[in-house]
Amino acid sequence: MQDLETKQDLDVKIDALISQHQHLPGALMPLLHAIQDDIGYVPESSYSQIGRALSLSVAEVHGVVTFYHHFRTHKPGRHVMQICRAESCQAMGSEALEAHAKKCLNVDYHQTTSDDAITLEAVYCLGNCALSPNVMMDEEVYGRVSAEDLDALIAEAKA
Amino acid sequence: MTTKVYIPRDSSALSMGAEKVAAAIALEANKRGLEITIIRNGSRGLYWLETMVEVATDQGRVAYGPVKVNDVSSLFDADFLNALSLNAKTHPLSLGLTEEIDWLKKQQRLTFARVGITDPVSLDDYIAHDGYKGLKKALTLSGAEIVKAVTDSGLRGRGGAAFPTGIKWNTVLGCKSDQKYIVCNADEGDSGTFSDRMIMEDDPFVLIEGMTIAGIAVGATQGYIYLRSEYPHALKALNEAIAKAEAAGYLGENICGSTHTFNLEVRRAAGAYVCGEETSLLESLEGKRGLVRFKPPLPAIEGLFGKPTVVNNVISLATVPIILDMGAQFYADYGMGRSRGTLPIQLAGNLKHGGLVELAFGITLRELLYDYGGGSATGKPIRAVQVGGPLGAFLPESQFDTPLDYEAFSSIWAVVGHGGIVAFDDTVDMAKMARYAFEFCAIESCGKCTPCRIGAVRGAEVMDKIIAGTDTVKNIKLVRDLSDTMLNGSLCALGGMTPYPVLSAMNHFAEDFESRQAIKANATT
Repeated sequence: MQDLETKQDLDVKIDALISQHQHLPGALMPLLHAIQDDIGYVPESSYSQIGRALSLSVAEVHGVVTFYHHFRTHKPGRHVMQICRAESCQAMGSEALEAHAKKCLNVDYHQTTSDDAITLEAVYCLGNCALSPNVMMDEEVYGRVSAEDLDALIAEAKA
Repeated sequence: MTTKVYIPRDSSALSMGAEKVAAAIALEANKRGLEITIIRNGSRGLYWLETMVEVATDQGRVAYGPVKVNDVSSLFDADFLNALSLNAKTHPLSLGLTEEIDWLKKQQRLTFARVGITDPVSLDDYIAHDGYKGLKKALTLSGAEIVKAVTDSGLRGRGGAAFPTGIKWNTVLGCKSDQKYIVCNADEGDSGTFSDRMIMEDDPFVLIEGMTIAGIAVGATQGYIYLRSEYPHALKALNEAIAKAEAAGYLGENICGSTHTFNLEVRRAAGAYVCGEETSLLESLEGKRGLVRFKPPLPAIEGLFGKPTVVNNVISLATVPIILDMGAQFYADYGMGRSRGTLPIQLAGNLKHGGLVELAFGITLRELLYDYGGGSATGKPIRAVQVGGPLGAFLPESQFDTPLDYEAFSSIWAVVGHGGIVAFDDTVDMAKMARYAFEFCAIESCGKCTPCRIGAVRGAEVMDKIIAGTDTVKNIKLVRDLSDTMLNGSLCALGGMTPYPVLSAMNHFAEDFESRQAIKANATT
């Protein structure tokens, strides 16, 4: 029953977002962003709804959602932590930072901690390369991140 | 009398705690009954000094940095608001007059003329600092005259491909169509680059002005900025600036009372590196998977939604206003050879003084790494430098005297690209970097062409064998052979240039590939 209500709520929300965006040229990307901004992910159950509105097949919608690293099809944890894996951060020790994060959180990339607090993701450049290594927590970038800084970020997110 | 205090809102400054510093300064001033006006400016680009706080004086701004929250009370104790006082000058974080800081003073900031100086989202501030002069000039010229100015300036695409901007514009100008587009490629995904982000966060109006001029020049009425999703602060700044430009008549219909129309919208990318390739970007803007298109047709002839489209990088477009304002010759007088003007260079990776250095083409890597970069952050020797992002070659110390110039780099089989410089100290394992180049290509491949889609995966596998010391000679030969296929058989630069980091690492740092047993032994001791 709970699930059914949730599904109905989702449908209503997504319908509203569809009607806000479907008139745009190339509407699919802005629409997917709007859905993920609102509910945190793009549910697979919404593909047919989106497809009907934009005259696309379910396969086409699925193809676009899964092409882009940014879109996710499942609800993330309360916070999303992205660790930069690109060259500049590697030059400043990001590999050790990645290992430290995975160990502390007891997850690998694309996984969420058991308390649902943090989803860990890899990212390839945050545009803060003069202050590597970098970590992004939700929408904030942190520069020159040490293992201790990372511990503090994790503690804050779990609080 | 209120004192003006400048605290950057640039995301690199925020990454070092600028928001908390701003709050602490406001609180402390209030507590001490001192009247201050805090202005959230862009960053000057001396990132190792962030959070850099500046105080206005009769002689110009005085800088303090790097300021942390715990430094705030000591700054007030030293009367830092009275920045010319002896007490303030002797504070350990005092850097003196900002404009006199050697690192900044030696630069030639044209595209970045306002960055760090103005409030990025204040239209008044923009106009007070020579903003919209280029557009005013453009409105007195014909489309062909604007295109000629851009061509004569020698401006080449700053995104990486270095194609002459004016020639691209001229093709679009010459196309007859009911609709044309200006697309700004703001999908800055190269590691070691942040100049696009700085422009968009710290001087968004200059990009808006450049795109408006482009629209007027070629007869396009709609523009899109395709912005990477990793840049939320740039998104906010751009949208705020666009709204202000619209309200003041700098965007929309009848721009500045003329008959020209230009509308502008920011579209968010979604974390696909390949969408920095222009045809893949256009597919994405159309709401599709970012698959690379075959060329021809060129986007200039059949681009977005099949219409003639100018696709330019942020820096190319943001450089147009000063070219129109000061004239093509003014810009062309900077630079060397066929690389005219200035390049916003980004110093990144393992460097003591990372940040934004805008200079005329021609400066050598060595000057950049040591005179500006201050050597490695770790204090160890710099062993390798990657210029031009993940698809750029690795350069050894023996090539550090190469001047930054498109042709000079191309003659040593390297690329200037978007001007990002990533330094590595002597702990770097170049075989692992070569493996990473393949891995990155595999993660980001759009999948359309086989050399890139399959080659990248196989490349990483063979590199694993080399790293493990298995059949080294045979496997090195195999990687070279595979690289040759990718170089010559890929559809776009992702597959086609992944061999640059791979082969340059092999050519210049052969010992990291050939003597794995010795490396392993070293690592365990």
